[in-house]
Amino acid sequence: MQDWNNIRNQFPVLKTQVNGYALSYLDNGASSQMPESVITRLASYHQHEHANIHRGVHYLSQTATTTYEETRRLVADFLNAESLEQIIFTTGTTDSINLVAESWGSSFLSDGDEIILSEMEHHANIVPWQMIAQKTGANIKVIPLLDNGELDLDIYANLLNERTKMVAVVHVSNTLGTVNPVSEIIAMAKNVGARVLIDGAQATPHMAVNLQELGADFYTFSAHKMCGPTGFGVLYGNKSLLEAMPPYRGGGDMIDKVSFSGTTYNDLPHKFEAGTPPIASGVVFGEALRYLNKIGMDEIAQRESYLLKYAMKGFKSLQRLQLFGTSNNKTAVISFLLDDIHPTDAGTILDKYGVAVRTGHHCTQPIMERFGIPGTIRASLSFYNNEADIDALINGIKETQSFFN
Amino acid sequence: MSQSKVSIVDIQNRIVREFSLLEDWTERYKYIIKFGSKLPHLDSSKKVENNIVKGCQSQVWLHAEFSDGKIIFEADSDAAITKGLVALMVHLYSHQTPSAILSTEPTFITEIGMHEHLSPTRANGLASMVKQMKIYALAFSS
Repeated sequence: MQDWNNIRNQFPVLKTQVNGYALSYLDNGASSQMPESVITRLASYHQHEHANIHRGVHYLSQTATTTYEETRRLVADFLNAESLEQIIFTTGTTDSINLVAESWGSSFLSDGDEIILSEMEHHANIVPWQMIAQKTGANIKVIPLLDNGELDLDIYANLLNERTKMVAVVHVSNTLGTVNPVSEIIAMAKNVGARVLIDGAQATPHMAVNLQELGADFYTFSAHKMCGPTGFGVLYGNKSLLEAMPPYRGGGDMIDKVSFSGTTYNDLPHKFEAGTPPIASGVVFGEALRYLNKIGMDEIAQRESYLLKYAMKGFKSLQRLQLFGTSNNKTAVISFLLDDIHPTDAGTILDKYGVAVRTGHHCTQPIMERFGIPGTIRASLSFYNNEADIDALINGIKETQSFFN
Repeated sequence: MSQSKVSIVDIQNRIVREFSLLEDWTERYKYIIKFGSKLPHLDSSKKVENNIVKGCQSQVWLHAEFSDGKIIFEADSDAAITKGLVALMVHLYSHQTPSAILSTEPTFITEIGMHEHLSPTRANGLASMVKQMKIYALAFSS
């Protein structure tokens, strides 16, 4: 049994006062917060351990390299990946998807090939594919959304054919919280020989992910949504595919031998990691993973499912409220509108009560188009939130409604 | 000049004076929203792509015309608070000369405690709106 109150107390920023109210931080979908141990790890790295990695024979460089590479092992374990070479460090999910779209796409896509995306994708899993489609002559097909915020798998089945080369879908929708049946989606893609990329940015912070079981060719996520630092992320890839793909960026660390008559590239994973990486961020992310492992991802999933239930009970007492994303299989994300109150206006008033939510299109404009709305108000919860945060949200919504009444 | 127009400085002073009588943020926001509700209706023919102020989380339209040496601004927004702030800006800069607009900063925004709406992270468009008005003033003064 976890002491959730004690866990919450390990996050210093949650003690902030906003406009005279205790902060209720419900914007975890945009970024999570860091516990004390992770914050302290950043300072101690800079105080005692910093040097450039993978190149010095001196003590500090060797230590920093070992510590940084330890994070790769932690990530591989976290995902149950087959090998360390399959874990590429990037600057985040956006960077990872751009890497795959450009490097894999430029080698494996040709005129008339098809890429399947879904209507609930984050812009980061749309635009890189549009860019490579334009270059290669490939076409993009879209799996539509059902009214409850789930994907229409019947239409997906009809979209798949021998021209389908890539299916790139989100594991958990950042806007709706829907947990997609990715195992099924991957299996269906494999039937026609298509590759699959799963955007796991909103999944890895909330549930255990087993990549050997899933069988995705690519899986990606960001550290800053998992109690880690910004500017650091992961791309997991199928080893033979990663080996066949050309480097994405050139520079130090990614080379074997450089000469003006020709350059040979380093082995995986370094082939895709040009230049000095954000070493401190990598080290600190390792600490964040240790922190999450200590609590346990299944415990986290249960806690957040409890918080979602608690919140939905409170939402039942509210009127003139429309929910978006009502799948039974969803994370603790509540996207809603308050009749014709503009989400930006609602967010401004909620902030006055210390409630931090995200308002707008959440970088998923196709979802907004699908529902014919300008945006939503999104409360996205994390395990360190508590009942008081949710009560503050519900009270804030009531205050917002009476303000605009 | 066909009609004498109050200077931008005078308008700012009046806004600041009126806000100083309002007790808390609730009253200030209510005042702003009410101000927005009195903004003259923007004809749908002017709610076109070209008039959309970019960088706003809410939709903001700004239309400008140059007549008799003065700029006439018209605007609208789909969000109530943004619309109020937009209305205050139209009240401030409309029917003023390009040179007056270029030489007078909208300092009242900070003085009435709405500076948070100028922050780029708010993405609610007030800063973009001010910039767009200045660009019109620059264009019409050349």
